[in-house]
Amino acid sequence: MCWSIPGKIIEINDNIAKIELAGVTKEVGLDLIDDPKVGEYLLIHAGYAIQKVDEESAKFTIDFLNGKINGKEND
Amino acid sequence: MVKRMIKYVDEYRDVDTCLSIAEKIREISTKPLNIMEVCGGHTMSIRKNGIQKLVGDNINLLSGPGCPVCVTAIKDIDKAIALSQIEDVIICSFGDMIYVPGSKTTFAQAKAEGKDIRTVYSASDALKLAKEEPLKKVVFIGIGFETTAPTIAAAILQAYKENIDNFSVLSLHKTMPQALGAVLSDESCIIDALICPGHVTTITGTDMYEFIVKDLGISCCVSGFEPVDLLRAIYMITEMFEKNQPALLNAYERVVKPEGNIKAKGILNDVFKPVDADWRGCGIVPDSGLGIKDKYEKFDADKIFDINVPDSKENSACICGDILRGAKKPNDCTLFKTACTPMNPQGACMVSSEGTCAAWYKYGE
Repeated sequence: MCWSIPGKIIEINDNIAKIELAGVTKEVGLDLIDDPKVGEYLLIHAGYAIQKVDEESAKFTIDFLNGKINGKEND
Repeated sequence: MVKRMIKYVDEYRDVDTCLSIAEKIREISTKPLNIMEVCGGHTMSIRKNGIQKLVGDNINLLSGPGCPVCVTAIKDIDKAIALSQIEDVIICSFGDMIYVPGSKTTFAQAKAEGKDIRTVYSASDALKLAKEEPLKKVVFIGIGFETTAPTIAAAILQAYKENIDNFSVLSLHKTMPQALGAVLSDESCIIDALICPGHVTTITGTDMYEFIVKDLGISCCVSGFEPVDLLRAIYMITEMFEKNQPALLNAYERVVKPEGNIKAKGILNDVFKPVDADWRGCGIVPDSGLGIKDKYEKFDADKIFDINVPDSKENSACICGDILRGAKKPNDCTLFKTACTPMNPQGACMVSSEGTCAAWYKYGE
């Protein structure tokens, strides 16, 4: 039930953001996060954004796994 | 039809990466290791992706008390269903609750008998309905852990600001650390490490697991829900277990920070206060529930309505309680796949979309 999915902000109106989730557009509440910006990715749960996705961390994890586990060189 | 890529999801489902991490786990694993995946979402992902089979025989993955529907005590389910019998009440609930058996009936049966019970995606949907139906009393059944409770707190704050007087919440929310403490302190507990819930920890931060690592000597690793996330968490846990070094680990850095979501925690603490809560499988755990603070009591369904339910009664053959403590597995239950199936569930673990029995039934053992 704690399932959440990342979606991209395409528009912000007051405390509501329009989010694009795999081709579907949905409105979510921004009450629980600070300073959202169009283009950022948010983790969505039960109609509200509960966190921003840290894009640098996400990229680092994938790069790290590709390097460490698959034998490719890390950046 | 072209499959749309979901950023920050699909790259964590890469098959080659999964197989490579699993191979590494099997290489470094030399002794039996019992890992509890606390969250029901993790249970589903582990079963769906065949992770138990990938990681080798040394590693035993056990489910924990992290499915909110499953841990809701039957007395609380009876209480929620009793609310639906009150005149002019509209019940709003997350979908998972609809088919959970109470002592005598379910929301689905009550709905079939003409009661007004609606499935909603969000507490804000229930608040919207209350505004549209001013002559009705809209009651939202609040279940969930620290992930969900802030969203419901936000809806209560909105109702407070807009002075909506026909919206209330039956707060059955629970918090993780106390229940984990109860499960792990049990003398019969065999758990060596925890895969900690990614989205609960997104809100709370990682610090709340420190007592488990320091006082109980059990490693805790926060994980996301995709197979690469889970295998990476199991790898990190196995590495520390083999070194005999219990550690607090984070394999979900893209959303989980040590401090958590401070704003969401502030809203949660503004609206809710710790109360004792009754957990299926663990009984009453002090301060492990969230009650609505007096300032917002006009939105507290427990105070607004006089709800009395007769003594609640569980199916005595159902072992959901043991499964939720990691003490037993679904195939230890005589009802599993016989009297208890998704079409005819006897216990909450078979009803919820992320219940352990439902996961085992759907994806195999």
